[in-house]
Amino acid sequence: MTPRPLLSVQELRTYFRTSAGVARAVDGVSFSIAANESVGVVGESGCGKSVTSLSLLRLIQRPGTIEPGSKIEFEGTDLLSLDDESMRKIRGNRIAMIFQEPMTALNPVFTVGAQLAEVPRVHESLSRRDAWARAVEMLGTVGIPDPAERAHAYPHQLSGGMRQRVMIGMALMLSPALLIADEPTTALDVTIQAQILELLAELRARTSMSVLLITHDLGVVAESTSRVIVMYAGEIVEQAGVRELFAKPHHPYTEGLMAAMPRAGTKRERLTVIPGAVPSPYEWPGGCRFHERCPYAWERCEREHPPLYEIGAGHVSRCHLAVEPERRATPHLPLAARAGAGA
Amino acid sequence: MTLDTPAASPLLSVRDLTKYFPITGGVMRRVVGAVRAVDGISFDVAQGETLGLVGESGCGKTTAGRAILRLIEPTSGEIHFDGEDVRALAKEPLRKLRRRMQIVFQDPFSSLNPRMTVGASVREGLTIHRLAEGSAADARVRQLLEEVGLRPEHASRYPHEFSGGQRQRVGIARALAVEPKFIVCDEPVSALDVSVQAQVINLLQDLQRAHGLAYLFIAHDLSVVEHIADRVAVMYLGRIVELANADDLYAMPLMPYTQALLSAIPVPDPEAKRARIVLRGDVPSPANPPSGCPFHPRCQHPQKDAACSVIVPPLELKEPHHWAACIKQLPTRVSWEEQQAAGATKPPERIVPIRATA
Repeated sequence: MTPRPLLSVQELRTYFRTSAGVARAVDGVSFSIAANESVGVVGESGCGKSVTSLSLLRLIQRPGTIEPGSKIEFEGTDLLSLDDESMRKIRGNRIAMIFQEPMTALNPVFTVGAQLAEVPRVHESLSRRDAWARAVEMLGTVGIPDPAERAHAYPHQLSGGMRQRVMIGMALMLSPALLIADEPTTALDVTIQAQILELLAELRARTSMSVLLITHDLGVVAESTSRVIVMYAGEIVEQAGVRELFAKPHHPYTEGLMAAMPRAGTKRERLTVIPGAVPSPYEWPGGCRFHERCPYAWERCEREHPPLYEIGAGHVSRCHLAVEPERRATPHLPLAARAGAGA
Repeated sequence: MTLDTPAASPLLSVRDLTKYFPITGGVMRRVVGAVRAVDGISFDVAQGETLGLVGESGCGKTTAGRAILRLIEPTSGEIHFDGEDVRALAKEPLRKLRRRMQIVFQDPFSSLNPRMTVGASVREGLTIHRLAEGSAADARVRQLLEEVGLRPEHASRYPHEFSGGQRQRVGIARALAVEPKFIVCDEPVSALDVSVQAQVINLLQDLQRAHGLAYLFIAHDLSVVEHIADRVAVMYLGRIVELANADDLYAMPLMPYTQALLSAIPVPDPEAKRARIVLRGDVPSPANPPSGCPFHPRCQHPQKDAACSVIVPPLELKEPHHWAACIKQLPTRVSWEEQQAAGATKPPERIVPIRATA
């Protein structure tokens, strides 16, 4: 028997009930993460990847609700049945999160040292002096030069890359078992992104921490994760080991994302596009949610919502091509392209 | 600085362009220094060509794009466009010139008037430049919307009714309305998702072919620039540090900064072999740039020495049509004697990293 995973999510549904209707942002998502594993979640804006990560920490604000029937189990505890106080302890202690824009997550009126030191003072009742020493040590760990001096700096005095390091340092103060990183390098320049990804890899090698990395960048996923979840329209549409996914993408959406990326060798040719745009969470299309944009879709795809078919070891895909593979040989112009309007 | 230009008379020619922003201090708001956002850049853009301008945030690429159009006034330097001295133009002739030089912004939402229908926004340029009126203008607006992949009936809608990609198409239609020869594209696809980004890139390329447009394509995404640009200029702290044909620059970057920048691009292939150069430290402030070569504090060139912090490296020809600014990268016209006089201990060499292969 395989060991129990660190995190197990089953049939997660997070809906937003507004005057405009019900937005089914996350609509039946199941996955798990093992200890020391790095899992990537990719998809475009509006696919539900950020709402999924916020749901794990129960940080969904009204009018959003995690629907009955959803299950999130972490280190053997059912997170959705915890009272607020116990949940607060898990947040920060065992699961930490870093965001795209660290400036909004740091308090502008306190020095970064004070903000870091507050964590062990509150959670471990350390003395002021010991907490400060731990803060300085952590700043060094995340690669801030002259940590003793920089601890006295305010967030606005640091560059974007340095602020992201401080955020990571704050997240790691209590040695969490799981770090959720939501687009942690999207706002950063490419040379600084390389530094931050290297830092995350180093920290994972040194501890047994797991990382859930949410990103729209397939390059980042290829380099920093061992398993990838592809989301589209509130659902997981494909999941596989990173090598398998890039070598043999099965779902037409995954295939389309990879083909749409400009890369060496596509020079001045037309890029392959996915016509149309991500549909609205208020009215996901019937049948397969991707069928209007899909070059292989046939009648069955309009009618029947595909399950996650198992197509290989640890490789699942929500596409009827799994049972009718011969249809891949005859692509056609997708419905969304025929309608004529660009995204 | 001089550049030997391949085209006899380029459409756009920029020489020693600078833009300094004053830093004021004290109660008297006296000028105490300057941010050298653009610090003496020179390049040409030929008709129908795409020049990519890349660099990290704060390198001055956006300021450069705006200074060329005089959306902000340059501090010094020369700009010639289509035979005219752009910096010498008074208000009225400059307005006329803008018909031929347009700009597309990163976020079309903030550049479109939310209270104007999309049709009215596109029509504005036609009216200002007296290109069409009445029903002729209506017809032209419908034609422009179709050309950028929207539907003619979209003319009566407002910007908020459109997705990001559609808004960018409106921004492009607006620029296209006045039949320009040259468009500054300032991060036109950075805010878009991958699949939509590909649609807009294809559109820009189709329009270029159909209308013989020249682009100055400003972007931080090096993969997008590799795809779309004929030539690429790399900026660091207000200067161009490398300029070459796109194929040559990506195959054999010569300036150590470009080498590090290209090696940092995440490759969407888990099997790729990469030799990543991870730079230490951040981009220094353009208000207080390092002496000598602006890149020397972060540079990984093995021959880096004391001379790099003294000598400002000239942008010099290292290969045919390939300029780079590095006194340690052979060949260089900064002689070894000159370098030694500045404290050099390591003679120049030619260091070229192997590109990560996808």
